[in-house]
Amino acid sequence: MSTPNQTSPCATCPAHRVANLTKLGVDMSNYDYVVALAGNPNTGKSTVFNSLTGLRQHTGNWPGKTVSRAEGAFSFEGKRYKIVDLPGTYSLLSTSHDEEIARNFLLFGQPDVTVIVVDGTRLERNLNLALQVLEITERVVVCVNLMDEARRRGLQVDDRLLARELGVPVVPTAARQGEGIPALLAAMAEVATGKIVCRPYRIKSEPPALKRGIEQLTSRLRAAYPNLPNARWVALRLLEGDPRIVEAVQTGELDSLAAGQATSGERSSLTIVPEAV
Amino acid sequence: MSSAPSAQEILSTASTLRWQVGASVHDSLMEALYTEAARIADKAVTRSGEQPKFDLDRTIDRIVTSRWAGFPIMLALLALVMWLTIAGANVPSALLASLFLDTIYPGLKSLAASAHFPWWLSGLLIDGMYLAMAWVVSVMLPPMAIFFPLFTLAEDFGYLPRVAFNLDRFFKKAGAHGKQALTMSMGYGCNAAGVVSARVIDSPRERLIAIITNNFAICNGRWPTQILIASIFVGSLVAPHWAGLVSATAVIGVVLMGIGFTFLVSWVLSRTWLRGEASAFSLELPPYRPPRILQTIYTSLIDRTLIVLWRAVVFALPAGAVIWLVSNIEIGNVSIAEHLIQSFDPFAVFIGLNGVILLAYVIAIPANEIVIPTVLMLTVLNARLAGVGSGAGVMFELDSMEATADVLRTGGWTVLTGINLMIFSLLHNPCSTTIYTIYKETRSARWTAVATLMPIALGILVCFLVAQVWRML
Repeated sequence: MSTPNQTSPCATCPAHRVANLTKLGVDMSNYDYVVALAGNPNTGKSTVFNSLTGLRQHTGNWPGKTVSRAEGAFSFEGKRYKIVDLPGTYSLLSTSHDEEIARNFLLFGQPDVTVIVVDGTRLERNLNLALQVLEITERVVVCVNLMDEARRRGLQVDDRLLARELGVPVVPTAARQGEGIPALLAAMAEVATGKIVCRPYRIKSEPPALKRGIEQLTSRLRAAYPNLPNARWVALRLLEGDPRIVEAVQTGELDSLAAGQATSGERSSLTIVPEAV
Repeated sequence: MSSAPSAQEILSTASTLRWQVGASVHDSLMEALYTEAARIADKAVTRSGEQPKFDLDRTIDRIVTSRWAGFPIMLALLALVMWLTIAGANVPSALLASLFLDTIYPGLKSLAASAHFPWWLSGLLIDGMYLAMAWVVSVMLPPMAIFFPLFTLAEDFGYLPRVAFNLDRFFKKAGAHGKQALTMSMGYGCNAAGVVSARVIDSPRERLIAIITNNFAICNGRWPTQILIASIFVGSLVAPHWAGLVSATAVIGVVLMGIGFTFLVSWVLSRTWLRGEASAFSLELPPYRPPRILQTIYTSLIDRTLIVLWRAVVFALPAGAVIWLVSNIEIGNVSIAEHLIQSFDPFAVFIGLNGVILLAYVIAIPANEIVIPTVLMLTVLNARLAGVGSGAGVMFELDSMEATADVLRTGGWTVLTGINLMIFSLLHNPCSTTIYTIYKETRSARWTAVATLMPIALGILVCFLVAQVWRML
């Protein structure tokens, strides 16, 4: 594969496509797309981050090492991507500092693709977070990582079924061994460029009274902010009285968020406070 | 409602609806979420046969976190890592030292001579700055290049969270965060790295406690001091075949004393200035993973060893210049160093140390690694020993431990001086790299001052008490 040939079948095989990956490290100038890496603690987000960027963000087998956002860049098939490694969280309800960072980035940073890294050996618990992310953003790739460990434990994860259920691309990987990274890159590129349009699964099994409340508030939100991509999620947060989201409505932050979405490319200038002591 | 609702309208709608849907919104949502996650996972995952690996994880966990075996295993692993670090570092340290001191140093000297450098310039640049740098590199690089990869391997394997699990109840009793066990372990490699790793602790109060007490974990730069002094003064108290064991026990004793001070100071802080309850946290015990050995060695060499080493070198260069200057600038035919030693001596001897040690700790603030060479150089200068060392302001190391012991005894050292030096090496201000890091992490001059001065106060107190007891016996 040393001489790339347009006519050869190599051009379409994933092994060739990974040759288009250029690891750009911390050079994040002029990016075309922003990728967020979200997931539970200790699912290998930082390992995925490192294998894409060529950076050596510290990894270790214990939850909670990534203490604030880490950023890096890579270029793939001629497009430059900025990738943000978010701290691992179990939920996005903003009960801790980590969750706050992750959630604010997904909501206000408006990544073009969010890669949810889930642990293939603990799929049920990891899907809790994945479903919450799917409420916030549509453009998602689910990366079922640690497949090597799952295999060792005799677990089989049906990625096609998972993709059908979740409505977004699902890629099985073993990032420590570099397995599945080419497919992950391809899926990310396709979601970022809009080749794949996701239809994320949204929970429908709330009790009727709550459902009515959500619908009512969602329609008000849609009327006020026609371009808001995640009105339903914002409605849920408002119903729960989430102070951060109430504030975003009051200050008009939500306004600019919706506007940013409309012009696509003009990002909200909101900065996410990385750490506060 | 034809026109778009305003922000205020939306918020009031939300609060009206909140009353209508009842207080259980959160619970209903979570329930729906969990039900859906379980349903999807159940469909997507199939299990073939038994899962032997999972049982292996559990078996390992039962042993390493058990009440009776957990602590002995931790201590044994610590001892093993230390032994590998100390034993393994000797040969490369000697090689580097001979390269820097026996080959490059004379070369530089003759180069300076042929370029007609004035004596003070070649003294300042080569005897002062170059030698300090060479010392730090040859003493520091090999142990760090062994310790950090070993530590990272344990981390990669998944042992560290188990250490945190074992120590959690002690830290909780001390009013501190269980993850402080992780930052403390990191401190055994380098306190600056340990201070940075305290970022894993969410609560600012507990994070401060972790940062302030990190200095009680003896860093790599202090291990050589501990081992050398223990071998000379403690090991020599017993028959030769017991010497190794006894001096190793003395070193582990100092380590345990440091852990004791970590708990004590955490406890005092959490009941006084940093009052509060220990926050609960859930620490998942991750599965054990076979460590990726080559990658771990590579990344820990690049990311930890070289970065820490580089910072130490940057700080060692000016320190080398200062050491050379105080030994060579004379006031009334006596060097500044000797003036200082004599003025420190009364107080230093009172607390069971001596003026040389105190001055060495003042000069060697950039890196603990240069304490022992500075002590030797100052002792020779002060006692005006003839035929030893390489001249004023020139750091050196003696070939054998006996020669070092002779120099120190001639300088008036006793077993008490040795023991107190070991204690003072544990309880003194952090090196300047760490102090700077503490400031960067806390953004508070006040807490940086506390973290810097409190260990010195403790060190002086403990050394004084030990000296009193010693003199009574």
